[in-house]
Amino acid sequence: MESYALLLAATLNAGTVLAIAALGLLINEKSGIVNLGAEGMMLCAAIAGFATVVHTGNDWLGFAAGMGAGALLAAIFGVLVIWLNTNQYATGLALSLFGAGFSAFAGIQYVREKLPERPQFSIPVLGDIPLVGPALFRQHPMVYLAIALVFGLIWFLYRSRAGLVLRSVGESPESAHALGYPVRRIRLLAVVVGGALCGLAGAYIAVIYTPLWVEGMVAGKGWIALALTTFATWRPARVLLGAYLFGGVTMLQFHLQGVGVEVPSQFLSMLPYVATIVVLALISRNPAWIRINMPASLGKPFYPGS
Amino acid sequence: MLKLEPRPQASRFWSYSSPLLALAVTVIIGVILFAALGKDPVKGLQVFFWEPIKSPYALGELMVKATPLLIIALGLAVCFRSNVWNIGAEGQFVIGAVVAGGVALLAGKETGRWIVAAIILAGVAGGMAWAAITALLRDRFNANEILVSLMLVYVADLVLSFLVYGPWKDPAGYNFPQTKTFEAITQIPRLMQGSRVSIGLLIALLGVGALWIFLFRTRAGFAQQVGGLAPAAARYAGFSSRKALWVALLTSGGAAGLAGALEVAGPIGQLTPYVPAGYGFAAIIVAFVGRLHPVGMVFSAILMSMFYIGGELAQSRLGLPKSLTGVFQGLLLFTLLACDTLIAYRIKFKLPSSGNRPRPRGPALATAVQEGGK
Repeated sequence: MESYALLLAATLNAGTVLAIAALGLLINEKSGIVNLGAEGMMLCAAIAGFATVVHTGNDWLGFAAGMGAGALLAAIFGVLVIWLNTNQYATGLALSLFGAGFSAFAGIQYVREKLPERPQFSIPVLGDIPLVGPALFRQHPMVYLAIALVFGLIWFLYRSRAGLVLRSVGESPESAHALGYPVRRIRLLAVVVGGALCGLAGAYIAVIYTPLWVEGMVAGKGWIALALTTFATWRPARVLLGAYLFGGVTMLQFHLQGVGVEVPSQFLSMLPYVATIVVLALISRNPAWIRINMPASLGKPFYPGS
Repeated sequence: MLKLEPRPQASRFWSYSSPLLALAVTVIIGVILFAALGKDPVKGLQVFFWEPIKSPYALGELMVKATPLLIIALGLAVCFRSNVWNIGAEGQFVIGAVVAGGVALLAGKETGRWIVAAIILAGVAGGMAWAAITALLRDRFNANEILVSLMLVYVADLVLSFLVYGPWKDPAGYNFPQTKTFEAITQIPRLMQGSRVSIGLLIALLGVGALWIFLFRTRAGFAQQVGGLAPAAARYAGFSSRKALWVALLTSGGAAGLAGALEVAGPIGQLTPYVPAGYGFAAIIVAFVGRLHPVGMVFSAILMSMFYIGGELAQSRLGLPKSLTGVFQGLLLFTLLACDTLIAYRIKFKLPSSGNRPRPRGPALATAVQEGGK
């Protein structure tokens, strides 16, 4: 029983990383823009956050630095894609390649750094409940923030006027433009917010989740987060569920190794990637289902007056 | 205020000049970066652009690295021209190397020279099979090829890791994660004494010619590209988009697998966890910087190879991390995409005008959302 409680706790923790990044990408994609640079932004944010914590000792400053790094890279991507009309896929790819190179370059002096031991967070009273306490109520505050973010995002997208404007920009930029909304500025804002959240997720990986810096340590989580928005058919609550599911798959490998399952570790490490492929294939099987839910202008350039 | 004005026709001048402008911008950023790191920028430029070409031996090494990049990029060009986004060439390269390595391990003392052909074919088949997974999932299940092909890179790396840590580990290798060194007979034949340049270079150049003929002189090549440029027109003409998908992925997978075979039975000579060197990702940049044109990619492959060698030299001579290579490669693609804007647009200076935007109106917006969603 004890080990299952720990597995659940680890699942929520791993899922949080994916959830924060995927929610950021969701905002991004609701505006009609796909940013394939998630992996690169998360890597740069991871080293920015890690380095900040090494020098200041403050985790929250590290998160802020990660968000800043993600937002900055996203802004560059946004200007290229939205104002210079570059291809979204190619530009995002460039961001991922650049981010991988730059983070490795910038992080070389931090490879052997370690972060000091942190006191474990625990919600008073609730955290002391046997089994349930360690599983649910002794998580890092970011785990609860991610859940709050989902509710906030649901309210924003479907209950607020600003959310309606964002969705209209993603569904039909021409109409939104004709109504007088600054489509390109709204898109840039969505891209920057998306980048900041990817950055937060990246910093969380390096500061709390792992906590150390290794080249390429995001290990595809940015790409899995991108896939998550499709699995979730662009719904925030489903993003969170999907993120926990994948967090669970990631953690299952360690659990199975712990239990002593006789499978080479490499096959267990493949699980999250193979699961992504399988789920992606299952969800995408029905093209109409995707078409109904996908923001209608996703991936298409919009240039007013052309 | 700057404003972009669409050109009536794409500019031929800028379609040739934009890669050069992008390179110039990347070099300028590089100079600033060197200066910021307290290194002599002249020395920095020297290791990247002069050292790799200053002697016949250096030129040979430049070709050794340019060969796999060019071969992979040739395949990717078919993909990108037909709007199939295979970004998992790295995985196809690794599986090509694994299958080719498996064949090379079978060679014994008395194996004939034919084993080289078998190794090369095995590499091609391995890369094709790996890319076929992506094609099948895209074709049958409509799964996004970008994400699938990329996820398969991680899987391919783990397959390699399993083999070299597990069943294929050299028993006499002091427990290092590597296979035994391949027999000498499996070595890809070299072109001349004293250089590591192999027949891989000839294969790459043959590939350049073959791709040129396929793209610009055959009906199949034309059909392949129409689907990328104008899917509706391709459907109307009766060109099968499914066929284009399979052709694109099998070609690029085969090319990446071929490059993997040439690497593993060439410069490397055994399977190790260090077979994946990022060539599959760098080749994406080679393809774009070379304008997806067979001849253009020869130049961009050489350029990208210079970045690799420059990065290694920057580490040994200037004490900078080797990952500088990745920084410059990424920067080059970024600046290229930005410069490419000049092909379709003219930059105009214009005073900001005010008041030509209608005021937002509330109720109409909800209608717009609903209509867009249909």
